[in-house]
Order: sequence, then C-alpha cells, then structure tokens
Amino acid sequence: MDVFSDPDNQELFLTGFSWILRLTGISAALALVLGVLLAAMRVSPVPVLRGIGTVWVNTFRNTPLTLIIVFCNLGLFSTLGLKLSDDIALNNFWLSVIGLSAYTAAFVCEAVRSGINTVPAGQAEAARAIGLTFAQTLRIVVLPQAGRAVIAPLGSILIALTKNSTIAGVIGVAEAANAMKVLINDNGDAVIAIFLVFAGTFVALLVPTGYFFNWLGNRLAVRR
Amino acid sequence: MRIKRMAAVVAVSMLALSVAACGGDEGGDDAGTGDNGGSTATGIVGKAEKSKRLVVGVKADQPGLGLQTGAQYEGFDIEIAKIIAKGLGVDAGSIEWKTTVSANREPFLQQGQVDLVVATYTINDERKEKVNFAGPYYIAGQDLLVPSASTLAGPEGLAGKKVCSVAGSTPAKRIKTEFPQAQLQEFDAYSKCVTALAGGSVDAVTTDDIILAGYAAQSQYAGKFKVVGKTFSEEPYGIGLAKADKTGCEKVNEILKAAAGDGSYKAAWDATLGKSGKAAPELDTSKLTNCA
Repeated sequence: MDVFSDPDNQELFLTGFSWILRLTGISAALALVLGVLLAAMRVSPVPVLRGIGTVWVNTFRNTPLTLIIVFCNLGLFSTLGLKLSDDIALNNFWLSVIGLSAYTAAFVCEAVRSGINTVPAGQAEAARAIGLTFAQTLRIVVLPQAGRAVIAPLGSILIALTKNSTIAGVIGVAEAANAMKVLINDNGDAVIAIFLVFAGTFVALLVPTGYFFNWLGNRLAVRR
Repeated sequence: MRIKRMAAVVAVSMLALSVAACGGDEGGDDAGTGDNGGSTATGIVGKAEKSKRLVVGVKADQPGLGLQTGAQYEGFDIEIAKIIAKGLGVDAGSIEWKTTVSANREPFLQQGQVDLVVATYTINDERKEKVNFAGPYYIAGQDLLVPSASTLAGPEGLAGKKVCSVAGSTPAKRIKTEFPQAQLQEFDAYSKCVTALAGGSVDAVTTDDIILAGYAAQSQYAGKFKVVGKTFSEEPYGIGLAKADKTGCEKVNEILKAAAGDGSYKAAWDATLGKSGKAAPELDTSKLTNCA
C-alpha cells in the first residue's frame, strides 16, 4: 500500500474523486431538470414535442457514452467551436457535463414517464374536470405522485451516472479512472492494490447512495 | 433475528474482502518475484525454443511504428519484433501480437501476459526498476507537431498555448513539469490529438518525433502539418522484457547487433518509416548495454 503513502499520489487520488463528484453533482442536477422536461414533452398532447422527446431518448439512450463524450470535445468544441472556458481543464469538464447530462436525461425521462404511468388515469381526468390545463395537471397533480414512485429508479440512475463520469477521462478530465491509469503506469507492481483502492472508494460512495434512495423511496411512496 | 442475519452477512463479506485484499497484495508480489522467477528458468529464449511462439506487445495506433489495420499490424516496431523473433527461431507467422498502450506495458510484462514489448518504449531508470530493456534500437526525441502555417518554433513558445498528448505518457509528464505555462490537453490516444489539431482546438501535439512524422505523413493530413524539428528530450526506444530475464535481454541485443550488420535493420526502416523520406539511422551497437 506504499503507493498511497506518497503525497503526490494521494493528491492524484483525491483530485480524481473530487472531479467525479463535481461531474456527477452538476450533471445529475441538469439531467434531472432536462429529463423531467423531456418526460413532460413525451406525454404532452403536442405531436411535435412528443416527437422531439422520442428522438432525444432514442438517440442518447442508444449511443455509447464514450462516443457522446468524444463528440462533445472533437465535435462541439473542436469543429463547431463551442468554447465554455478559456482554461482547458474546465472546458473539458463542462463539455463532459453536457455529454453526461444529455445522456442521463434520456434515462431520467424514461424513469419519470414510467412513474407517470403509475398515477391512475382518474387523477388526470379529475384534474381536467375541475378545469386545470395540461401544464397545471402535470405540475400539480401528476408529477408529484409520479416523482414519489420513481425515487428508487432515479437512485439507480444516479449510481450509474457516478460510474459513467469516469468516461470524462477520455477527453482529459483528470478524474478517478485517469488517476488510476497514471498510478498504474507509474507503479506496475501494485496494480491490484491500486485497483482495489479505487474500486473500493467507488463502492464506499455508492452503496450508501443506493440504500439512501431505497429508504427515501419507501418513505415517500404513495400508498394506494 | 433479521438484524443478526444482516450482521452475519456483513461480517462474512468483510472477511471475504480482507482475504481478497491479502490475496491481492500477495498476487502483486508474486508478479514481481515468483512468476518472473519461474520464467527465469526458461526466459524468452527457452520459451521460443520450446513452443516456437512469442507474444509481443505493440502499439496499434501509431502510423509508421505500430499500426493495426484489421487483424494486421505494421510499422517499424513490428519489423523489429519480427527480426528478434527470427533470431530466436520463431517465424513471423507464429508471433501473437498484443495491443498495448503506454499505461499497460509494465503491467503486461510483470504479469507475463507478453514476452516482449516493442512499443515506442522509452528506456528510463524508473521503468528499469520494473522491467529489463534490450536496445535501444532507435533514439527518438520529444518534438512538436503543428499546423504548416504555425510560427511555433520550439517548446519555449508554448506558454499559454494548448498542447495535446496522451494521459499518463512520458511526453505529457514532461510538459507538466518542464513547461507548466503550456495548457495540456490529454486524450487517451494520439489519433484524437491529431484530430483535435486538424480541427484547430489545440495548437500543437507533442510526443516523440518519429511518431509525429508518422502522423504528418498520413495521406489525409498531407501538407497540413509539420514537425517543428527541435527535439527537447532523448528517448532511447528499448525492447521490454521481464525483469528477471537477463539472458533473454542479452540475446536480443546480440540479434540487434547482427541485424545492424546484415542490413535487415535498414531494410526494416526503409519498409516503414523510411517512406517519410527520412534516411535510415545508424544502430549504435555500443549503446546496447541496458540489460540488468
């Protein structure tokens, strides 16, 4: 374990996971907002919006994330000139956030849409009967109930997002998987130890997350 | 009751984990001593004689040096590996090529997954602690690849510029330590760096000059890029072998020496990197002294 007693290596490890947390946190927030919007589009009465939602979900859900992230750098930034920061590390970070959010939003959308299906049709019919518009029905009646039903699945998506954020490494974000690669490159004799430490840290971060979301899901579930 | 059962499960899994951890550590040590100790008895010379087969780690994404197209590998490193295999009595058809990237060359050798590594493998002291190096068979130097119109004249001009290299590689490390004013973009492969350079999102790509020459000579980039030509490091390319295999290392050096004499070294160059117009270098046989 002497690999991790070197302060340089410790810093590499800590920066790696701090990038992971930042990528996950910001992408999760964006993906949640975007995913709910997409779900609303997919259940809306407007065919164009439904079409956009469907195309989005089918495109991003069925494309490898590595491809999306590489496209964010070589396509959006390099070819189309979308520059988000003058600092190269931050630029790559925000490009990764775009890719991760767009990808994860597709999964959030489908989870929320399945949640909407758990709300009995009578609820929406009653809302319409008292004169609420589509937006009001969704916002006040349907989504609050749907949201409570999909907390555990959203937790799974968050866990997947945390692990997926390691893919930001392919465009040079110094996240954990990149840090692990550097450490393995420098310490070929301690490959298994390094691997166990990184894998263990991910498990330590994510197992409680899973339990928390299950607990929250049970607590907030709508009893029918 | 349930809590008791949960506690038992947790305890058992902790136990399993700690056992796995111990096993892991020992495994690491074994790879350092035990496994290689086993291969000392035979080494690559013995293995080549017995099985008439070799597993060679090479790069797959470096035009001119080690490039995979379909199932075929081609390049200078590949030719060198063939020369060595021939010298060991293994014919080219019996070589199993294995793609390596910069980060996994030492682990592959230490774990015995490959017998030889011929993959733009710079000999340095840090690596010598983990593997044995025959060679060098070529002395490269770190250089910059820039667009043809660029005025960048050398590494001193990199301040504030964006320079691209592969994460965890020696050139990337050198930029970080010696030219910290440069902004370093890291990808997982040089081909992405070159795409980024073509798109204009980075100002230069940096790694060893012959690798850059290989990219500059690729037909789709013809005339677009130039190699600055001011090397700022010396990268002696060696052939990696297991740490314990000193005999094999010396044997490889002998084969290299013979290849320099009988013209097969020059032929290997002319068939690959020589196509870029660069004349074959002299193989300095007096420097083949890295075996330990």
